[in-house]
Amino acid sequence: MKILAFIESQDGNIKKTGLEIASYARAIADEKGFELVGVGFNINNSKILDSYGVDKFYNIETKEDTFFNVESYSGSISQLIEKEKASIIVVSSSADGRYLGPILSVKINSAYISNVVGLPTKYDPIQVKCSCFTNKAYNESKSLKDRVILSLSSNSFGLKEQNKTCEYLKGTYLSSTKSLKVTEVDRLKGEVTIADADIVVSGGRGLKGPENWNLIEDLADVLGAATACSKPVSDMGWRPHSEHVGQTGKPVASNLYIAVGVSGAIQHLAGINSSKVKVVINNDPEAPFFKAADYGIVGDAFEIVPKLTEKLKARKL
Amino acid sequence: MNILVCISCVPDTTSKINFKEGNSSFDSQGVQFVINPNDEFGLTRAIWLQQKSGAKVTVVTVGDESCDPILIKCLAIGADQALRVNIQAKDGFQVASVLSTICKDKNYDLIITGRESIDYNGGMVGGILATLCEMPYLANCIHLEIDGKNVDLQREIDGGKESLKASLPVVIGAQKGLVEEKDLIIPNMRGIMQARQKPLEVISPNEIKPATEILTFKKPDEKGPVKLVDSDNIDELIKLLEIEAKVL
Ligand SMILES: Cc1cc2nc3c(=O)[nH]c(=O)nc-3n(C[C@H](O)[C@H](O)[C@H](O)COP(=O)(O)OP(=O)(O)OC[C@H]3O[C@@H](n4cnc5c(N)ncnc54)[C@H](O)[C@@H]3O)c2cc1C
Ligand SMILES: Nc1ncnc2c1ncn2[C@@H]1O[C@H](COP(=O)(O)O)[C@@H](O)[C@H]1O
Repeated sequence: MKILAFIESQDGNIKKTGLEIASYARAIADEKGFELVGVGFNINNSKILDSYGVDKFYNIETKEDTFFNVESYSGSISQLIEKEKASIIVVSSSADGRYLGPILSVKINSAYISNVVGLPTKYDPIQVKCSCFTNKAYNESKSLKDRVILSLSSNSFGLKEQNKTCEYLKGTYLSSTKSLKVTEVDRLKGEVTIADADIVVSGGRGLKGPENWNLIEDLADVLGAATACSKPVSDMGWRPHSEHVGQTGKPVASNLYIAVGVSGAIQHLAGINSSKVKVVINNDPEAPFFKAADYGIVGDAFEIVPKLTEKLKARKL
Repeated sequence: MNILVCISCVPDTTSKINFKEGNSSFDSQGVQFVINPNDEFGLTRAIWLQQKSGAKVTVVTVGDESCDPILIKCLAIGADQALRVNIQAKDGFQVASVLSTICKDKNYDLIITGRESIDYNGGMVGGILATLCEMPYLANCIHLEIDGKNVDLQREIDGGKESLKASLPVVIGAQKGLVEEKDLIIPNMRGIMQARQKPLEVISPNEIKPATEILTFKKPDEKGPVKLVDSDNIDELIKLLEIEAKVL
């Protein structure tokens, strides 16, 4: 029996989430005595998979089609799943992973379970713990089909190295005939995205205006962190929508979440529940965020944040 | 043009979540239900197309009669007609399969779902529905312009956005950005009165088996109290994050 992992990359390099998916799939493979088959597209640094327990890896070259095409990708992967007869498929919770998973599930006639936060608790049929109600609760979900696709929440398993001799193979690209075609990709270069970040620094209405965001950016810079914001901040156009965190925005599952001038409304907290350590800086000791945080400073962000940034900078030198 | 907007009824975002029957099911007692926020962005976009080019907008939900007030609200916002599929929704696969049987003989040009529902966060109904109907699907849709059969679209991706072209019919997963928060339509008196005259059809098709089953629910463990650090002792905070929390 086999388990298949979809290893995501960007500009030819495997992403951290890709390695997390391999680590997670390896743990299942070890438990069940399965072979772990990896698949990725246009990957240049596949050698790294030797350290993450992949038995066999198919690199699929997309030739002229350079952008992510959900139909072609899911078609190509489904072909491979049939060929390898994989019964468990693991994808990430990135924008692409969550886009691909449901479509692939129809093509291979499998169950699809998203927001998975742990290893299966039972097999045949598979049973896993998932988050629901935007991290306000968890559930135990069971697959009712023989095949299942699991979409793993990022940062919920971590990276686990294991050395294996991986066999490197070429997969076949199946070009889609559907009308949907990507024409352009516009991605901020060099910036850490909320989805990939270990640390996220977030600003709320307490920062008074977009002109003060250098506070957040400087702190994020010294920490190598991504920047985020509360909903009103993006609604008012102080920051882009893509930074809006919460129940109606993005989920954050970083190791460290630093909230500056964010009150901690229930809808905001729902989005950051699965972050491991939360720090709040707020001048109102009654702000609800203090109930949800691990560490906090009561005080003026305009005084505290620059000091914190300076001290972190000094520590790095 | 015929547009179908799929509406999921979800607990209001301020709701405290509780479970009953030995944590085996969601306790809806005292919970206010609302239109799933992502679906509301999609519905607003559909109403704009109706106002601009006379598109006909149908809203549909899979659920029992407790969803009717939500459908009536959609009619008051401006949808032309509502459809309720009288089945207790069990999972995203089942919902999508049921919806696909409706879509197959109706020839919708545009089907709008939400990026995800904020209750089970499956993020799957749109993609499964589209694939069952052999239509293309665009997730996390933040831009949609239609010119004849040609569609210009944008998808939010991690760290940026992607522009795409397609031709009708298409299915999208709507989210904030497709329209802005301030654009959401609040029903006025006229809309509310008109909603009463608009058709709300209830159909009861054959059950379709779900692909997954939820066995139990659990709330997160209570966390300990916050550790407060004095505002002139920032070094202490750095030390705690480094040594105790091990996140620096
Ligand atoms: C349907 C719905 C969905 C929603 N979804 C989301 C969501 O997904 N994400 C989200 O974030 N919100 C969401 N909200 C909004 C949410 O209810 C809150 O209104 C919002 O989170 C508040 O944003 P804020 O904390 O930035 O602003 P405020 O609530 O105004 O808080 C500002 C904070 O800054 C502090 N402050 C002020 N000055 C300073 C200073 N000098 N130094 C330090 N601190 C200072 C204040 O004490 C205060 O606590 C939603 C609301 C609704 C109705
Ligand atoms: N019971 C339902 N009835 C109608 N549409 C639904 C239902 N559940 C989900 N949807 C649609 O599918 C989208 C994604 O839902 P989900 O896959 O559950 O996250 C929602 O935003 C709705 O547009």
